[in-house]
Amino acid sequence: MSPPYETHEHDVLVVGAGGAGLRAAIEALARGASVGVVCKSLLGKAHTVMAEGGIAAAMANVDRADSWRTHFRDTMRGGKYLNNWRMAQIHAQEAPDRVRELEQWGALFDRTPDGDILQRAFGGHSFKRLCHVGDRTGLEMIRTLQDRGVQMGFHVYMECAITRLLKDGDRVCGAVGYWREQGRFVVFRAKSVVLATGGIGKAWKITSNSWEYTGDGMALAYDAGAELLDMEFVQFHPTGMVWPPGVQGLLVTEAVRGEGGVLRNRLGERFMERYDPEKLDLSTRDVVARAIYTEVREGRGTEHGGAYLDISQKPAEYVKRKLPSMYHQFLELADVDITKGPMEVGPTCHYMMGGVRVDAETAETTVPGLHAAGEVAAGLHGSNRLGGNSLSDLLVFGRRAGLAAAEAADRARSGSLDDAQIEEATREMLAFFERPEGESPYSIHRELTDTMHNLVGIFRNEEDLERGLAKIRELQDRAGRVRVEGSRLFNPGWHLARDLKAMLTVSEAVARSALARKESRGAHSRTDFPKSDPEWGSKNLVVSRRGDAMDLAERPIPELPSDLAALLAEGS
Amino acid sequence: MAEALLKVFRGTGEGGELVEYRVPVAPGMVVLDALHYIQGYLAPDLAVRWNCKAGKCGSCSAEVNGRPRLTCKTRMDSLPLDQPVVVSPMKAFPVIRDLVTDVSWNYEVNRKIPPFSPRPGTDWKMSQADVDRVQEFRKCIECFLCQNVCHVLRDHGKKREFGGPRFFVRVAALEMHPLDGASRTKLLKEELGLGYCNITKCCTEVCPEDIHITDNAIIPLKERVVDDFYDPVAKLLRKIFGRK
Repeated sequence: MSPPYETHEHDVLVVGAGGAGLRAAIEALARGASVGVVCKSLLGKAHTVMAEGGIAAAMANVDRADSWRTHFRDTMRGGKYLNNWRMAQIHAQEAPDRVRELEQWGALFDRTPDGDILQRAFGGHSFKRLCHVGDRTGLEMIRTLQDRGVQMGFHVYMECAITRLLKDGDRVCGAVGYWREQGRFVVFRAKSVVLATGGIGKAWKITSNSWEYTGDGMALAYDAGAELLDMEFVQFHPTGMVWPPGVQGLLVTEAVRGEGGVLRNRLGERFMERYDPEKLDLSTRDVVARAIYTEVREGRGTEHGGAYLDISQKPAEYVKRKLPSMYHQFLELADVDITKGPMEVGPTCHYMMGGVRVDAETAETTVPGLHAAGEVAAGLHGSNRLGGNSLSDLLVFGRRAGLAAAEAADRARSGSLDDAQIEEATREMLAFFERPEGESPYSIHRELTDTMHNLVGIFRNEEDLERGLAKIRELQDRAGRVRVEGSRLFNPGWHLARDLKAMLTVSEAVARSALARKESRGAHSRTDFPKSDPEWGSKNLVVSRRGDAMDLAERPIPELPSDLAALLAEGS
Repeated sequence: MAEALLKVFRGTGEGGELVEYRVPVAPGMVVLDALHYIQGYLAPDLAVRWNCKAGKCGSCSAEVNGRPRLTCKTRMDSLPLDQPVVVSPMKAFPVIRDLVTDVSWNYEVNRKIPPFSPRPGTDWKMSQADVDRVQEFRKCIECFLCQNVCHVLRDHGKKREFGGPRFFVRVAALEMHPLDGASRTKLLKEELGLGYCNITKCCTEVCPEDIHITDNAIIPLKERVVDDFYDPVAKLLRKIFGRK
């Protein structure tokens, strides 16, 4: 018999309450569905809150020549043409409406002199395209969506974590989880499920990501039989803080460079002139991250192993107005006044381009009834994401996922819950307490982050990846024998023990895919295969579960229609 | 390496005690780093709420040496390390476990507030100067430190009658939105108990976002309530000429 649990029922269950989850929930509610939103933290604390620079949308408020076509082209170029073209097209076409919608729900963006939404320059975007609120755009977005959802009446299950998706035959019919607060189990019955759980940054040592970023949605989908796509592409943001140690990895927004900030090495050279003479500091993130990494490796790094980023040539008042959080962050945490001197910055693990494979129109995964949107999904960004394209991704595909999930729920009947699946999921959680001895999950997590940082990082090669993969297997084995101390009452060690399992599954998918792609493209740099290979440019890698083993397959990328192919050829 | 002695509250709503932990201190370290060290090496079940560790999400609020703070922004080198660093949960909310408190009441208050209601026929043009005023309030990260320190809540426990500074800031953001057409003065007076606030400015002092809660949000709202309920002429004039 299964340990006791409570049961809730909704038409649509949304897992995750960041931008994508909230936008999905709002759309499903608007279609008349009953919606439950489950989130690991309190409402309004999801990682979206940390997004700084802005939302990319071709509104053409500042640069009149901008259009969805240029946005589409920039996105495909940034992703080195590995993107799902249809997702890139939908994204570029729908982003402006999604931004206007936010404004109509109460968001207050910075303004142009004409009173329109102001847009700023960002890496890889041909025009000033990022709608922003100083450097706290994500906070504005999440608060707006949160208030909208509350007003429309979604049901939020805060501090609740999902550990397993339930299936009735091929179709997803619900989920099992636990309340973080009391440790009690909970079962959700739902006609459709939307995953919006974000990425996997917590598997790396130096990261801009919060504790929640443990790859849950990718692992849940994989366990349920869905396909994962492009898992080798992990974005390292070029500018994280490098000093002091406690703040290492903390994000320094690309808006610093968008507003005119300049990168220099220890010798005072503007080294981006050597790596991308045309776009310089506003080159794409993969290029800038590798450039800083290379400068440091070749002995031209700063005192603490980074590069200098300087915005102090701009008037102090301007810097404080446009980059207020950066100003405070450096002043309070690093004793640096960025209006007077340079910041020290270096690459930090930031974003996962890969994720659950979805249909471009409906955001449905390869498992019926299961949708995915935002960072947990893959396809839009190809091998490298442009700054600003994440917030717009959340809105565009969050909405589409919510819409399709509500429509699917209309057509579907409630599935029947299988007691055996529920029991297996709850027993798994209790087993951590039942072992008389075992390792702490924290020590295994530390070894995982070291492994991913050293062996599956910015620059990769076959030998490192093989060693990384072997280490991941060893850690998987040890993670299965973890022992948790204490009670089920708000016990972070217990929560980490389960999150670790998800991180290890996703890390394995990353390492395997990185090993298989024998070329360098976008965020994936192989020192043993330093060039891009046109042959590899025509295919994606797909990971799926076969029994208990991980299967890796190549898939040809979808063929581009001729009108869009012509668009890409323009101006190149 | 230097060491600090932390005394951290361990327990539940039913009671608990301060437990001592010795933690190595690295340059630039913050209190949240010390708590993570304790979780990682000394007490894996220490309950702490946190997310961004960058002062942007407002999750890691606690009381450090009796002062309400974000632990991610409280540097160890700002504290006298020759004495123990005492970390305890926010006092105004019920303890769930260790440093984690039950802040769900805040979410209930929030639900009472009528949403942004754009005036019909707006062209969605706004000037930066008008937006600036509201953006100050929109900076709020909902750390609830202002709620924690407000004596109406902390000492008098008036959670049924009073909304607290956080939600006065939220109402101010809506009331002063250049395009909003709704009025929330009745709510402020009757349900959120704005009158209980006697402007001691404790909330402003602890705000990690430096929002001028008392001067820029609460006092102007008090004026609006007075105008609407006690000065019919001012109310009429505002109806005719607009007030945003």
